[in-house]
Amino acid sequence: MSALTHLQRLEAESIHIFREVVAECEKPVLLYSIGKDSSVMLHLALKAFAPAKPPFPLLQIASGWDFREMLEFRDATAKRLGLELLVHTNEEGARSGVLPWSPGTAYADLMLTQALRQALDKYGFDAAFGGGRRDEEKSRAKERIFSFRSTQHRWDPKNQRPELWQLYNARKNRGESIRVFPLSNWTELDVWQYIHLENVPLVPLYLAKRRPVVRREGRLLMVDDERLPLRADERVEELSVRFRTLGCYPLTAATESTAATLPEVIREMLLATGSEREGRIVDKDGAASMEQKKQEGYF
Amino acid sequence: MAADSTLIAQDIEAYLALHQHKSLLRFITCGSVDDGKSSLIGRLLYETKMIYEDQLAALEQDSKRVGTRGGEIDFALLVDGLAAEREQGITIDVAYRFFSTSKRKFIVADTPGHEQYTRNMVTGASTADLAVILVDARKGLLTQTRRHSYLVSLLGTERIVLAVNKMDLTGYSQSVFDDIERQYRAFAAQLGLSDITAIPVSAIGGDNVVARGAQMPWYRGKTLLEHLETVPLDRATLPQPFRLPVQWVNRPNPEFRGFAGMIASGAVRPGDELRVLPSGRTSRVARVIEGGVDAPLAVAGQSVTLTLADEVDVSRGDLLAAAAASPSVASQFEATIIWMHDEPLLPGRTYLVKIGTKTVTATVAPIKYRIQVNTFEQVPARRLELNDIGVCALELDSPIAFEPYKESRVLGGFIIIDRLSNNTVGAGLLRSALRRAENVHWQALDVNKHARAQLSHQKPCLLWFTGLSGAGKSTIANLVEKKLHAEGRQTYLLDGDNVRHGLNKDLGFSDEDRVENIRRVAEVARLMVDAGLIVLVSFISPFRAERLMARSLVERGEFVEVFVDTSLAAAEARDVKGLYRKARRGELKNFTGIDSPYEAPENPELRLDTTQLLPEAAAERVIGYLREVGIIDVDLTWEI
Repeated sequence: MSALTHLQRLEAESIHIFREVVAECEKPVLLYSIGKDSSVMLHLALKAFAPAKPPFPLLQIASGWDFREMLEFRDATAKRLGLELLVHTNEEGARSGVLPWSPGTAYADLMLTQALRQALDKYGFDAAFGGGRRDEEKSRAKERIFSFRSTQHRWDPKNQRPELWQLYNARKNRGESIRVFPLSNWTELDVWQYIHLENVPLVPLYLAKRRPVVRREGRLLMVDDERLPLRADERVEELSVRFRTLGCYPLTAATESTAATLPEVIREMLLATGSEREGRIVDKDGAASMEQKKQEGYF
Repeated sequence: MAADSTLIAQDIEAYLALHQHKSLLRFITCGSVDDGKSSLIGRLLYETKMIYEDQLAALEQDSKRVGTRGGEIDFALLVDGLAAEREQGITIDVAYRFFSTSKRKFIVADTPGHEQYTRNMVTGASTADLAVILVDARKGLLTQTRRHSYLVSLLGTERIVLAVNKMDLTGYSQSVFDDIERQYRAFAAQLGLSDITAIPVSAIGGDNVVARGAQMPWYRGKTLLEHLETVPLDRATLPQPFRLPVQWVNRPNPEFRGFAGMIASGAVRPGDELRVLPSGRTSRVARVIEGGVDAPLAVAGQSVTLTLADEVDVSRGDLLAAAAASPSVASQFEATIIWMHDEPLLPGRTYLVKIGTKTVTATVAPIKYRIQVNTFEQVPARRLELNDIGVCALELDSPIAFEPYKESRVLGGFIIIDRLSNNTVGAGLLRSALRRAENVHWQALDVNKHARAQLSHQKPCLLWFTGLSGAGKSTIANLVEKKLHAEGRQTYLLDGDNVRHGLNKDLGFSDEDRVENIRRVAEVARLMVDAGLIVLVSFISPFRAERLMARSLVERGEFVEVFVDTSLAAAEARDVKGLYRKARRGELKNFTGIDSPYEAPENPELRLDTTQLLPEAAAERVIGYLREVGIIDVDLTWEI
């Protein structure tokens, strides 16, 4: 039965993973980051449980610096599908005055990593679906689809359960929780191709449009609101840009582009010379930085 | 920058249409340390343009800093992911890599070659359609090569590519390559492997990996990538009967009842007659739903939802199968087990087994033999250690629908889960059903436990005294029995030392014998509880798993774990039988507390601290507890 295409096989595997978690875990949640991977996850979850609705809520970690268009899209999506949406912000972290451009990793740690832990603990979720893919980064390539976290949300790469066939052991010890990655075996191209094929709704920020940006240290940052402080030599320009990944707007670099349709975006991606994470400032520090962050509980 | 850049630039829609119809090939690479596996995969990724400029720049930097190629690009660094591995210069876990060409998408399971990591190789091979076995041309076939070939054949990966690497270091010698190919084919035939393609390569130089290169004009076959792109994928030549393990029951409203799961084999259409196993009931398929939409047909590998024409009882763990060709149901099997944990597999201990979508309790007993993976010899074994492979009898607590692993990875492959740690500790392959169970049914007798207990005016139970040697178990158990007897209760005390004189006199004190010792006593105790007695068991019973097993043999509320707690120092100071002195002198091996562990109960019904309580008071505590929970009832003592 080799009649199935690679996308059909990936889709079937992801749906199988969603159903397995719902069958074996008590309180799952879908970590909804509003980006393209989350959009594909949500689309697969809808398919997995149709005609029922996905039997879990969506959780978004709002840093306070999300693109406005992302938040609008998030609310419209939850409303359109009639799904429960939970939004969590680390209020204490926000009050501490940490800003996206604060030195070091304090911002990402407080507003993303800590915020996620707080939310998972607050609601008592025992399994969280995440959009991580193994092609993103080297330590991800070794992470299991069902990835266990200790009570402190830490990942122990040397102590992972063997994962054979499509048999997932979802049994947890007290206090443990699971991160589940249904898109583990997808690549960036697979994700784009699937979005194209299935007409998966997407935040418009992925498509090129004239947007207000400043050039800073070789990057284009979008001026999404008046909170982004401009340096003396900086001025806001209107350029046709799009985003390859989405996060907090002061930390996410835009790409100059005129690709206003999905096939055009895919063409640009395929002809690009930089990897997806290049635009993410959080991944830049040190070769083993992602492994380190994950051990500390970063998703 | 990806392959096919001209087409991408000129006609992206055409490119997308082409890539939409790609197939997927999963393969595993295996080889010994330094055979050049990581270099080969790095080379494939590099040449299929899966590496971006920023990654390449990082690679160049890394190559200078930690590379093993004297500053030249070290492709292995692309795939040696974890920081710990970089320090040690080895790969320590299964990693999955992706690349694609216009014909196929590939998922590579990259697994390390050291002997102690067999479990990772087995994990990678479990989902592979093909195995690339690397051999260093200078070294030829090694013990590791045999081991890897055996493991991939065991896991049912029967398509082999023998990649003879480092040809550059043999002067690209055809005779070296031919010798290795000939030897390998002869060896592989013993394993029943015949689908072998041998390719001479140089991962470092790139020859015959993607492009042909100029160095080996004598080789006329396909390059590695050409072969991977064109090798046929179909496993089965004949149509397979329909099988779907039910994963989840979808019931959004009273009108809809759907059975969701991934099709393991065959195809399904509305109107097909299906059998539900193990119940055996039949019905017809009403609807085949895929992603919320009705479909006329669904095939193996798809995740679907089916509805049936009749209201039949179906739940997670059941199997839906073609009614005319449904598989057998059994609860006892012969299975090959691959052990994956530091704690050995002990026969008689109970584990959980997950097979398809069903999880059941299982016992392994006995181990028929262990397989010497390097020589394929069958050797006797009483336990399986980490990375051991053995053939065992497997007994499940409920019957399942199954197929031998050779016929179905889904219905014949299982994982073994430890009941206490919840870890995946082993994997197994069903070979065949053993028919014993079907012939030895539990006889339902008219006079039952309840009837027997009523006659003697008591509630049967099992008082399980556990603790270190010399803690005071037997003394207290003896006093408790005397008190119960004086009240007219019917009791029996099973004492560790006494049982070892008869029923268990063939057993020693190794871990496996301790497990068997407890298993037998627990089974005897179960029969005695069934006979209506209050049974007292006084055994060190050092392992939590066996006490859990004993608990599971009797009904809820019938098991009372009494932890006779004392410090090792106090027990040793008492040393009534002089055993601690002997153990300390090394005259007694495997003595609990000295050179064999005691796993204290976490939640015993009763804990008696014998450094604080005298035996009489301890016995009174037990009697008090029995009254409190109603096992011995004041009202029942008595009107006779």
